[in-house]
This record gives sequence, structure tokens and C-alpha cells, in this order.
Amino acid sequence: MSDITKQSLSELIKNIKDKKLSSTEVTKAFVERSEKSKELNAYVTEDFSAAIDKAKKFDENPNLDLKLPGIPMAVKDLFCTKNVKTTAGSKILNNFIPTYESTVTQNIWNEGAILLGKLNCDEFAMGSSNETSFFGCVQNPIDKDLVPGGSSGGSSSAVAAQLTPITIGTDTGGSIRQPASFTGIVGLKPTYGSCSRYGIVAFASSLDQAGPMAQNVRDCALLHEVISSYDEKDSTSIDFKRNNYVKELTNNIKGKKIGIPKEYRVDAMPKEIEDLWKKGIDYAKDCGAEIIDISLPHTNYALPTYYIVAPAEASSNLARYDGVKYGFRADGENLIDMYEKTRSEGFGAEVQRRIMIGTYVLSSGYYDAYYLKAQKVRKLIKNDFDEAYKKVDAILTPSTPSSAFKIGEKTNDPVSMYLNDIFTVPVNLAGLPGISIPAGHDAKGYPLGLQIIGKAFDEQNLLNIAYAMEEKINFKNKITDWWIK
Amino acid sequence: MSKDKSEYLINRKDNQYEVVIGLEVHAQVTSESKLFSTSSTKFGAEPNTQVSLVDAALPGMLPVINEYCVKQAIKTGIGLKAKINKRSVFDRKNYFYADLPQGYQISQFKDPIVGEGKVILDMPDGQKEVGIERLHLEQDAGKSIHDLDPKNTFVDLNRSGVALMEIVSKPDLRSPDEVNAYVKKLRSIMRYLGTCDGNMQEGSLRADVNVSVRKKGSKVFGTRCEIKNVNSIKFMQMAIEYEANRQVDLIEEGQSIDQETRLFDTKKNETRSMRSKEDAHDYRYFPDPDLLPLEVSDDFIEKLKLEIPELPDEKKKRFIEKFKLSPYEATILVSDNETSNYFENVIKKSDVKLATNWIIGELFAALNEKNLEITESPISAGNLSKLINLIKDGTISGKIAKTVFENMMEGDKDPKKIVEEKGLKQESDPKALEALIDKVIDDNREKANEYKSGKVKLFGFFVGQVMKVSGGKANPQLVNEILKKKL
Repeated sequence: MSDITKQSLSELIKNIKDKKLSSTEVTKAFVERSEKSKELNAYVTEDFSAAIDKAKKFDENPNLDLKLPGIPMAVKDLFCTKNVKTTAGSKILNNFIPTYESTVTQNIWNEGAILLGKLNCDEFAMGSSNETSFFGCVQNPIDKDLVPGGSSGGSSSAVAAQLTPITIGTDTGGSIRQPASFTGIVGLKPTYGSCSRYGIVAFASSLDQAGPMAQNVRDCALLHEVISSYDEKDSTSIDFKRNNYVKELTNNIKGKKIGIPKEYRVDAMPKEIEDLWKKGIDYAKDCGAEIIDISLPHTNYALPTYYIVAPAEASSNLARYDGVKYGFRADGENLIDMYEKTRSEGFGAEVQRRIMIGTYVLSSGYYDAYYLKAQKVRKLIKNDFDEAYKKVDAILTPSTPSSAFKIGEKTNDPVSMYLNDIFTVPVNLAGLPGISIPAGHDAKGYPLGLQIIGKAFDEQNLLNIAYAMEEKINFKNKITDWWIK
Repeated sequence: MSKDKSEYLINRKDNQYEVVIGLEVHAQVTSESKLFSTSSTKFGAEPNTQVSLVDAALPGMLPVINEYCVKQAIKTGIGLKAKINKRSVFDRKNYFYADLPQGYQISQFKDPIVGEGKVILDMPDGQKEVGIERLHLEQDAGKSIHDLDPKNTFVDLNRSGVALMEIVSKPDLRSPDEVNAYVKKLRSIMRYLGTCDGNMQEGSLRADVNVSVRKKGSKVFGTRCEIKNVNSIKFMQMAIEYEANRQVDLIEEGQSIDQETRLFDTKKNETRSMRSKEDAHDYRYFPDPDLLPLEVSDDFIEKLKLEIPELPDEKKKRFIEKFKLSPYEATILVSDNETSNYFENVIKKSDVKLATNWIIGELFAALNEKNLEITESPISAGNLSKLINLIKDGTISGKIAKTVFENMMEGDKDPKKIVEEKGLKQESDPKALEALIDKVIDDNREKANEYKSGKVKLFGFFVGQVMKVSGGKANPQLVNEILKKKL
């Protein structure tokens, strides 16, 4: 089987279970392709030889009852992995090797998967293009010098380029869905509280959520089934009955009511996006869904609200990186001087910008005007969705207001960069699940994604709608392997 | 009640100043493990041996509330007759310091777990009520050690994350003596509850002391200064005395008081400015997004109420009503649970009045001398009870009892055995006493005649002689009676 890396996760699992492929063969194939794909800069840390050793060990005594039997996979470098360097894309954690494993990755290894390495991301997941990483930009396999989206840019690039069959990312304001959209893959941001945050380097605690990224909806459903679990070590983890998402996956969505929020028709939205959305509505109708116009009146306030809440939490979450206990330390004359030098040299510009915004909005005298107000608006945004869900089962929107842009195109314009998250951010603020599925191409041939937003804890329904639409859309990613010489 | 007599005032020329004090007591919650992690809280361990990944704030680590600490805080709130808030919120208090690994302390700011309550003080001139503003749960920080190396500071994180209750009083205290009584009463209540051991040497109880002064009769509060982290009652009193006088001197000189945070230097016995109001930290409090609001049900609180033992105020009331103790005696006996337990064990089988006197008098003095706690008393409650019964039934006199008591202090011996072994039993046989008295009168004929001729003062001399000859064992009452007849 020459085209191992072209196979979907489901195919790989079937072939391993049918003993047509060994874990070692599969792992070697992905390692080889990853080795040839260094130009993409998708990896921060490669753990290839250990991965092949683990695959060999798996093959000696394969447990084929597991959900991910001997499947190699790379993960975003925001998940702490025991004895494997975990950087969060930052200089300040450049030398940090955890002695512990995140719950989400532990769930994955428990089901037989094998770590290939750690994938590049925006520094502390703060970015929409992977350009804020201390370890450099990541190339989008769609085209040279195109951003793969962010913050899970290494993850989206690696899945689209078939360096890993699947991966996990984290999504605070769109960091799974936007890069999935930019690279023509599927990315799910689960309901807040579905996946444990234990062992994930925190960005904004009330918004962060881990989720699967894959080539298709079924693979995404399978990985979600593996990573979603109640965890006592995370006080915001929610103990609810989780489905067998793959087993219950169906393309029968007849009669499902899908809402189209008028407020998502933003000013200056490219016609391509408008057209894609219309196409999406037609696909949904083709699947037998009922389309209902809805209103989410506070949508306009989502982005500013997000850019108060997220930096506020980040400014506090990142206070622990002070050079005292672990990570990078710059010498200083005294404690304060050491702090200042460590954090000035250890954090990049975007992270420093957000720490400053966050510190400002929490300051005495500004707290009520910014943070408290933002929390109130956040509640209103959530109420909008609650109202809408009285009428509909899910909501359909574009994933992003544009296709992928060129590296460097928006680096000097943070606001234009932030606008990228305009459709994804409300979902995080409301704690809802959202999925991005590839749905078409723009004039340049770059992929475009559609976002489906579900009710809280209703990932099954969300996946079913995505699964049904995926079938109708029949998207084919245009990857030319341009980076392989 | 002569309140004026004990009023604490600072006098300068024509002016009298009243001192206004409020306390923020930091009490370590008695708990095996920390507030948000499972690390041990045991005192005195090797540095950095009781530190979990959470305590050291490693990336991705999350706090999980320790239910036991929540129960302890609620029980303390019940003990302070305070309002228990069914919904409270943990906030982050953000500041940088080397021994604060997270870069923030998890505390409660706007919505504490316990609201307003009160503490009753027993002052010499009567009772005084001190208002409690609030009680909240928070994490302790680690410890910076500056004196191990000339250039470096070392950090011990064993304390990092240990649960503290911050108990904030209203500015109701007016003198160092009241502060003494308040801290002791608070400690007593928490010890009864088992929620804080109150061990000040180990840092389980410390306080920030807010002090201001105002002219006597003024209703307006003066500008206050906060003296940080004072770790003994004596130092609190000294710091207040110094600080109040410092403030009065400034006012007398026509200067104003700066609102600031001060440190108490125990060696120089003075307070020094630490930081002014302008330099005060902006802690940027906000609700900790890693923790959901803490919600407790009525049922949860009611169940805890059932676990509350009889507290000092109620016990005192019972002692006065049931055992007819004076308020003074009752206050002393209920000051801690162990003492009151001891007392109640002694009086199970012996006279209350005698027991009270012996415990407050002889026993406390003897324990004090040997620097022992009541729990370490060489004399068990059972044996003290026996001793009291020996006095009560006339087997020994009060004087002999003191000798027996001294013997008992050497080791918990049965007083009956001591009396037998040492032949200390009181002589109450009238015939034996008559013989003894006859002999004394015989030996002192001249004095007997003088007595008969009217020198009645000599009666005491004869009593003394009889007691001397009997080796102190003669029943003094009988001696008196017989002597009167014989002389």
C-alpha cells in the first residue's frame, strides 16, 4: 500500500484491524512524509524514532479492540505531554518538559494512539495565522507562503498535508475552525466542559476547549469520542452522558431545522463567502433540512467582548511565566528586573499586546467599564443563542469572512487579523459546539469552510448535520505536494 | 459597669484620643490537604516536599476545591453566628512575587463564603460585642527565605496553597486589651470547632491590624494605617500602642496621617512605612475562570450545624446556670475546650465549688509553674475528684490537701493512697483529741491560767500548739470546740 498517508483515519483503522497494515508501516509512512515536509514547519518537536519504537511494540502484541489501534498522530504543542517538550509556541517555554500528561492526550494514548510529535501553533494560541509562534510561520499546504490559519496552524497544515491522519487542536475564539477552513479540513470545537482542560497550557480559561481536526466528519467524530470525558481534575469539566458519536453518526437529517442568522451578513463580506453560504443553505435543503431565518442581535458585540474577556484571563494565566520556577529566565539586577527582562524577552509582541490589554481592562477604575460590561454582553450573546435554539436545531454560517491570506499580509494590522474570528468567536463566548467543514473554493482555488453551530452538549446532532452536508458537498482538497522536492 | 475606668485613651495636653482598631485575622484551616490540591499541610517538613504540580503552578494545572476546607469555613461562620452565603465566588488577586507561583492568589473578594457575624468579649467591666464583617477562604503563599545566601533568595512552596480563613472584624475594638481578648476568643471558638489550631508560633494565626485614632467623642473615623502580618498577640498590642501614639503625635503637631501599609519591627518595637496608598497594588481582582461559583445547599449547612459542639458562650451560660459559677469563674473554665472538659470530668463525682476553686487556684498555678497545658496535667480529673472528696468528707483538712496535691503533681497518684502511706488522715476522734488537748494544756499551765483570767487572745496559741503536736492532722473544727470546753 503505497498511499498510506492518503488514507483517512477510518481506513487506516480498518486496515490495521484487518491486519493489512501494521502500526509500524503506518507510523513509518507518516514519519517519512513528515521528514520530507520540513518546509511546512508544522512540527515544533519531532518524536519520530520513539513513535516507530512504540509502533513496533504495539505490533508485537496488538490490542485491536482499542479505538485508535497503533494510529500515529501529532498533537498541537499546547497539550502537555509527559517527557516530551511542550512549548506553547513560546520562547518562554522553549526548554519546558512536563512530568505529566494532559487528560485529553492521555485519553488518546489509552486508546492505542502513538505520539508523532508536537505541532506548531501561535504563541500561547494567540493568533489567527500561526505567525506569532516563536518557532516561525507554518506553510499552508494549499499554496506557498499562505498562512494555515491559527492558532492551530501546525495542526491544520499537518492534517491537510497528510503528515498525521488526525490531530487535536484547541479553540479559544476559532483556533480549530478557522485553520480547518483555511486548509480544507474538518475541525470541531466541542461544548465548553466536554473535554478536560487539565494539562493544556491555558490561554483564556473560560473559552479554551480542545477538539479534533481531521480529513472528514467521521474521523472527527471518532476522535471526539476518544477525547471527550468528564475529569475531576478540571472543575469546569461537565459530567454528562456522552454519545458513541461514530456509532450514532447518520446522514439522515430530514426535518432538522437549521437557522440562518441575518447578523452574520457582515459589511464588506466577499461575494465568494456570500455565495458559499447560499450554496451551503442549498446543500442543507438537499439533505432535507428546513431553513429558518433567525436573529442573533448581539453578534456585533461578540468580537470586542472577546477581545476583553480573553486578554483579561490571559493576562492572569500567563503571570506564572516569571522565570522563577521553570522555563526561560533572563538574568536581572533584582527580582523585578529579572521579571521584566524574562517576560520582555520570553514573550512575543502579540502575547505582550494581549497581556497589556488584559491588565488594562482589569485595572481598578476600568474593570466595570470593560471586564464587567463584557461579561454582561457575553450573557446577552448566550441568551441570543438560547432564544434561537427554541426555533432551530443548529445554525449555519460561513467559518471565516475570507479564505487564507498570505504570510505577512496582516501582521501589522492586528484589528484586521482579529476580524478573522468574527464568525467563530460568538460560539466560544456562548460555550457552544461548532464545526467547520470544507465546502468549496474561492477563485484562487483556496478552500472555504462552512460553520455549523449546535446546542450545548448536542455534538451528535452537529456531527450528523456536518456528515450529511459533507456527503452532498463532496469536497476535494487541492494539494499538489509543492513543498516536496 | 464602670466603663470609664477601663477606657483606653491617649492623653496629650488638653486632648484625649480614642484608638479604633479593626483586625484581619488569617487563620489556617485545620485540614490534611491544601485548599485546591491534595498536598499535605503538615508543619515543619523539609522545604519543597509538600508541593504538587498545582501548588507550583505548572502549565495547564487547575485548582480543584477541597470540600473539607469549605466545611471548615462554614463551621467557623456558624461559630461566629454569621450569615453563611450559599453562593460564593473565588477571585484571583493578581500580583507578582517569587513565592506566589501562579502570579495570583485565589481568594474571595466580592462574594465571601461567610458574611456578617459577631464575637462576644468578656472584659473585666462586662461584655463587649465585636462585629465580624466577613470570613473568606484563600490560599496561602509560599515562603521566601532571604538569609540563607548573601545574593540569592530561596523559595519554599510547602505553604503555597494552604487554606486560610481571613476573618475581618468591624472597627469595633478600642484598646490593646480588647484586641487580646478578641484574638483569644476567636482562637477559642475555632479550637472548640476544630477549624484552626490557633498555633501562632507555627503561623497558623496571624493578623493585619488596622489602627486609627480620633479625639474622644468624635464620631468620624481617622485615617487608618494597616500593620501587616503580626504573628503574636503581644506584638499586636505593642504595635497598636506604638502606632496609636505615633498617629496622635502627628495630629498634635498639626500633621495629617497618610493612609499606608506599615510593618512592625519587633526588635525596635516600632512600625515602619512599607508602602503608601499611592503605591498600593492594583490587584486586578476578577472571578477565577478555573473555578465555578461555590454553591452550598441549605441541607449542607444544616448538616454542618449538627456537628457544631457547645461553644464557649453557651457553655459559660450553662456553667453559670447549672453549677452556679460566677461569670469570672465560668469565663476562665470555658476558655478552651480541654479545660472545660477537665472541669466537667472532675465535678462528675465531686463538689462543684471546691472543684472550681482547686482547678482555678492550685491546679492552674501548678501547671503554669511547670509550663504545662491542661491536657498534660500530671493530675487526672479522676484523682483530683478523689482529692476533693477527701476534703469534703473530712478525711483531710484543706491544708493537708495541699500537701497531698503537691505529691500528686509528682505523678498521677491516687490521693487516698498518699494519705494512707503518709499517715495524713485527719484526726477526728474526740477522745484522741481530748487526750492531745489535755496534754497541751498541761504543758502550758501558766498560759492556760492567763487565758482563764481574761487573756482570750491566747486561744489562738492553743489551737496552734494542738495542730503542731498533731502534725497538722487534727480536725480544726473539733479542736476549737474541745479547747473551748477544756479551757
